[in-house]
Amino acid sequence: MKVSKEELIHIAKLANLNLKEEEIDTYLLHLQDILNFANIVNNAKVEGLEETIGANDNYNVFRKDEVKVFENNEGLLQNAPEKERNMFKIPKVIQ
Amino acid sequence: MDITKLTVHELQEKLSKKEISITDITKAYVDNIEKYEKDVQAFITPLSEEALEKAKELEAKVEAGEIKSNLAGIPIGIKDNICTKGIKTTCASKMLENFISPYNATVMEKINDENMINLGKLNMDEFAMGASTEYSYFQKTRNPWNLNTVPGGSSGGVAAAVAANMVPWALGSDTGGSIRQPASFCGVVGLKPTYGLVSRYGLVAFASSLDQIGPITKDVKDAAILLNVIAGKDEKDTTSVNKEKVDYTKALKNDVKGLKIGIPKEYFGDGINSEVKAKLKEAIETYKKLGATVEEFSLGIADYALATYYIIACAEASSNLGRFDGIRYGYRTENYTNLKDIYRNSRSEGFGEEVKRRIILGTYVLSSGYYDAYYKKAQQVRTLVKKEFDKAFEKYDVLLTPTSPTVAFEIGTKSNNPLEMYLADICTVSVNIAGLPGISIPCGVDSKGMPIGMQLIGNKFMEETILNAAYTYEQETKFRENYQPTFKGGAN
Repeated sequence: MKVSKEELIHIAKLANLNLKEEEIDTYLLHLQDILNFANIVNNAKVEGLEETIGANDNYNVFRKDEVKVFENNEGLLQNAPEKERNMFKIPKVIQ
Repeated sequence: MDITKLTVHELQEKLSKKEISITDITKAYVDNIEKYEKDVQAFITPLSEEALEKAKELEAKVEAGEIKSNLAGIPIGIKDNICTKGIKTTCASKMLENFISPYNATVMEKINDENMINLGKLNMDEFAMGASTEYSYFQKTRNPWNLNTVPGGSSGGVAAAVAANMVPWALGSDTGGSIRQPASFCGVVGLKPTYGLVSRYGLVAFASSLDQIGPITKDVKDAAILLNVIAGKDEKDTTSVNKEKVDYTKALKNDVKGLKIGIPKEYFGDGINSEVKAKLKEAIETYKKLGATVEEFSLGIADYALATYYIIACAEASSNLGRFDGIRYGYRTENYTNLKDIYRNSRSEGFGEEVKRRIILGTYVLSSGYYDAYYKKAQQVRTLVKKEFDKAFEKYDVLLTPTSPTVAFEIGTKSNNPLEMYLADICTVSVNIAGLPGISIPCGVDSKGMPIGMQLIGNKFMEETILNAAYTYEQETKFRENYQPTFKGGAN
């Protein structure tokens, strides 16, 4: 499948990524290259086969819904780019 | 005696006879790091001083009989995508350059329970995406066998550190070959366990249905010992499997008589370097001589496996890496006025090119219009791959292939061509797709003295079978006694 420049920009936007004007051609070239290669999966005889979603057959692994307190608050918050008191800080969302 | 040339089981023996002390061991490794790290560049966060202090402390405790573990005081290196409480875990990314995990990965809890000593966090491709460790944000690790070549990837720093005797053994992670391929390039042993045998809790996720943590070691017995430590069900990882605990060292019988080995002929085709093929054929002859039966067969899915892998791995990565948003941890851009800017600019500035490429590819194959043609198809092929392996294991105990189509390549020769880099994984990815165990062990060197790796693949949870097959070959051929890295090259 041929990927257009507009499509690439749209996909990047969905992934929350900016592409610089000078990067776009290279990304387009590489993406096209990889997709051309990946197309080979369409030659595989898979009619009627289920989709595999995991490497093992675990299904619905349940556990008791018990609260476990994670006590290292400080450890969590030390990685925050910006914080105030015991909270993560973000810019104003509603203008 | 050079302590750093010993395997861990040899160290254990000398420790128990009190021929050497815990401090002697740590000191010897710290000296080697001092000596070789400037050339090899394997560490992102070295912990030499902390390790020496810890050694002293452990020595006193062992002396006083407070610690019983026979691994107490054995040093270890850790790939930098495994969370270590209070120590940076960067994933070799600008995004996590200053990230300090508030908790330990489950495997780290197990390592700490044994009172091992962490010598440092080791280099890798950014977020484990790559086959040469050239995609690290920090540095390019060099292969100790020839400093102008790559160590493989993504666990390149891990394999290089073990090969250079800067750590006695280490933990890596393998999503499509990231333990086995660097082990092959660096002439060491790398084991990717069955999916679910080892907890992934605290391993920074790349592709959750493929990722698995495993040992990189100097020999097969050490791999069995380290697997003993890290294997086991963990309630924090629902994909981990409840299995009866086994002692993997007991499986090492040094006997392969009657073992049925299958050789998938697709892995010996045109794309495989002729010197690699020749060494593998010698290995096959060795197995025959040792009493195994060997038969060639066709594994019909070999052509599709690589494409399937890149579709699934990138799709999962695009979802997993969605969490990096510049809010709770990780890099935050300085350039923003609103929340959307924080997300987009932090991600665009914090991720490297290969990571962005895979996120875009993953987003593409999951987007409406292409989902059926790529992602859904890949998942169906995944079923096909599993079925083909099931069929093969009805006939054979072990499958034997090259670990990589080539030996270590020169730095800079593939980093600008992503597809060519992806092809380096062609022999290893199907093992992850099917969730099987695989081990890479050295089986000789090429005409330039570069190590060649052999991969042994087992059926699910049959680690004992492949460990014994690998061990028996190793005892017969004694690679480590005949070949050692030379640290040649590297002038540029």
